[in-house]
Amino acid sequence: MLFLAALDGIAYGSLIFLVAVGLSLIFGVLGVLNVAHGSFYAIGAYVAASAVLAATGMGLPTWLAFPLFLVSAILVGVVVGGAVEALLLRRIYGKEEVLQLLVTFAVFMILEDAQKVIFGVRPLFANAPMNWLGTIEVFGIYYTNYQLILIPLVALAVLVGLRLFLRRTSFGRAIVAVTQDREAAMAMGINATRIYLFTFMIGASLAALGGALSSATTSLTPGIGSGMIVLSFAVAATAGLGRIEGAAVAALMIGLGRSAAVYFAPEFDVLIPYLIMVVVLLIKPEGLFTTLQTRKV
Amino acid sequence: MAIKGPAAVAFALGALMALPTLAQDKPKELVVGIATFLSGPASVFGVPGKNAADLFFEEINAKGGILGVPVKPVYVDEGAGTNQLISEYRRVVQDQGAQVMFGAISSGSCNALAPVAEDLKVVNVMWDCGTQTIFEEGKWKYSVRTQGHAGAEMMATLLYLMKTKPDFKTIAVVNQDYAWGRESWALLQAGLKALKPDVKVVAELFPKFGAPDFSTEITRLSALRPDVVISTSWGGDLDTFVQQAAARGLLKQSTFVLPLAESSMERLGNVMPEGVIVGSRGDHYFLHPKYKNTPEMQGFVKAYKAKTGVYPIYPTFHMNQAVTGLVKAYEKAGAAAGGKWPTKEQVIAAFEGLEFKSLTGTITIRSDHQGLEDQMLGTTKRVPEYPFAVYDKIALYPGKLVTTPVGEKSLDWFAKVKPELVNDKSIETFDYSK
Repeated sequence: MLFLAALDGIAYGSLIFLVAVGLSLIFGVLGVLNVAHGSFYAIGAYVAASAVLAATGMGLPTWLAFPLFLVSAILVGVVVGGAVEALLLRRIYGKEEVLQLLVTFAVFMILEDAQKVIFGVRPLFANAPMNWLGTIEVFGIYYTNYQLILIPLVALAVLVGLRLFLRRTSFGRAIVAVTQDREAAMAMGINATRIYLFTFMIGASLAALGGALSSATTSLTPGIGSGMIVLSFAVAATAGLGRIEGAAVAALMIGLGRSAAVYFAPEFDVLIPYLIMVVVLLIKPEGLFTTLQTRKV
Repeated sequence: MAIKGPAAVAFALGALMALPTLAQDKPKELVVGIATFLSGPASVFGVPGKNAADLFFEEINAKGGILGVPVKPVYVDEGAGTNQLISEYRRVVQDQGAQVMFGAISSGSCNALAPVAEDLKVVNVMWDCGTQTIFEEGKWKYSVRTQGHAGAEMMATLLYLMKTKPDFKTIAVVNQDYAWGRESWALLQAGLKALKPDVKVVAELFPKFGAPDFSTEITRLSALRPDVVISTSWGGDLDTFVQQAAARGLLKQSTFVLPLAESSMERLGNVMPEGVIVGSRGDHYFLHPKYKNTPEMQGFVKAYKAKTGVYPIYPTFHMNQAVTGLVKAYEKAGAAAGGKWPTKEQVIAAFEGLEFKSLTGTITIRSDHQGLEDQMLGTTKRVPEYPFAVYDKIALYPGKLVTTPVGEKSLDWFAKVKPELVNDKSIETFDYSK
């Protein structure tokens, strides 16, 4: 039983990680707690589902859905994410956190309505990619390969890829430099404005990728972004905002905790992610993976 | 201070005009406020309800309106939350002069609006909400419900399950974690104890409303292998649950009972397999075996499909019942008022005992203002005529048979239901036909 619960937990945690790591990255670099992140997840899901439905409707092969997921995620991250950063967020960097929260919340509400206008209110799903990958039998229980293998593999690839990108590429190192000391980085010729824009686009694309992958397994309805942003906050806060590897561990903890609850105490299923967060923050208020630093004067 | 001269005349005229119970001159228009979900997950029902209302009122106005008065529908979004809904409801009545309000889809909204309607003395037609407790635990002079309630829906579901799969020994439930999910399961459980006391409930799962993933629930059900899995979920939640369960073979392993699945069947397309027990919160169905070929039904389905691109689902039929009931109540009240425009009190009084034909069955409004509505259940079948599953092995339960009697509470009534009800002679059955 525990093993079966663990398999579901890994698949669920992987999806949350994809969204939460984008949120964490944006906070880590830009210092903005972005409520509109949930909208990128939702728009990514809607765009991907629409693209897949259009492609399958035209008789194109189902495997095309997978590159379409990636293209949709990048498109949403660059176009929508880029517009939000360049037109709005850029004006409020360094301002009070309350103002940042209010502005990103307003963006979230506007984008929620925009989704309704563009995609309608009728539940939408495009499950062909999930069915195309088939099922696998584990101890007499059928799992979809899509949820059990593909989504965790993508999450792992994102984790490793982000780590390599930030540590091994010059652009990644520039991001780290701006995060550590924006003024010093700018003095050394790094274009911080450009770094902020690209980081925001990457974060938004990761949320959209989570949405795109979920569009094959879940029905898209108005409001899907709000549920995901709350869970992502729980993951990011548990890990410590700005911690990428920490987000992976926290997402896994929350996924496994939730699955175990469904088996052994279903009434706590909804509470578990937040219970984990509260317990962690009570013991380590800065999050599991944040190390306290001396304040610069 | 005494009031004299012209001031006294004006005062007397004002007092006379304020008297509410006398029949009056026809207004220029009849404003009908309609509370429905235009945002949030429940807009999957609310927007079809609005689309249908627009069609029905356009048709009524094209024929001259209600008693010669054109109707102007005004919409209020339930998705904005209860406090905002109440404020908007009051505004539409007090500022826009609505004489009739339709409120609402959510049972929580109906519970909140009934006392407001009493306060405002406005005719309040509960057009879609299902909680049985409204008229069982309260008495509302100005509110009336033009459809059945959760008690009738769940009783018909139980009777159909007992008839089609009498030997089941284990059952599991997967309902949304909010009032409807919990209340509907409480009713089903009470009825199961009376009709089949030996049945074992192997899992009670209440995933959160709007859950995007049911993998763990499906794994657990796959391991437990219950004979029956029941879910009163709806909208995106139901679609997600069915598609994830279908992909993992669970729909073939257990008999699924989905009392609200009619509203998802077109969307689910070929995902929904044969052999699933489905219902529609009443006797609504665009392929209703008795009424699918009537000119009214065919005209409505054609107009609705032309407007929205899809087949009508149950909220559109509930809207039809509310609109038709309103028209018939005005006609009855108008006749009683000698052809004059009736007051709100006369209209609400006319609802009591009113019988009217909807697009499907006949609705009767009882003395407690609760509607009697037939209930229809069936088993899914794949046919070449449609790219989605349709109803087969249909059973039509008369509203009177499955609705809790006046003065009784549904939970108590379910607890004493007799097995003879399963084979009552008034139940009609049909197979799918083109």
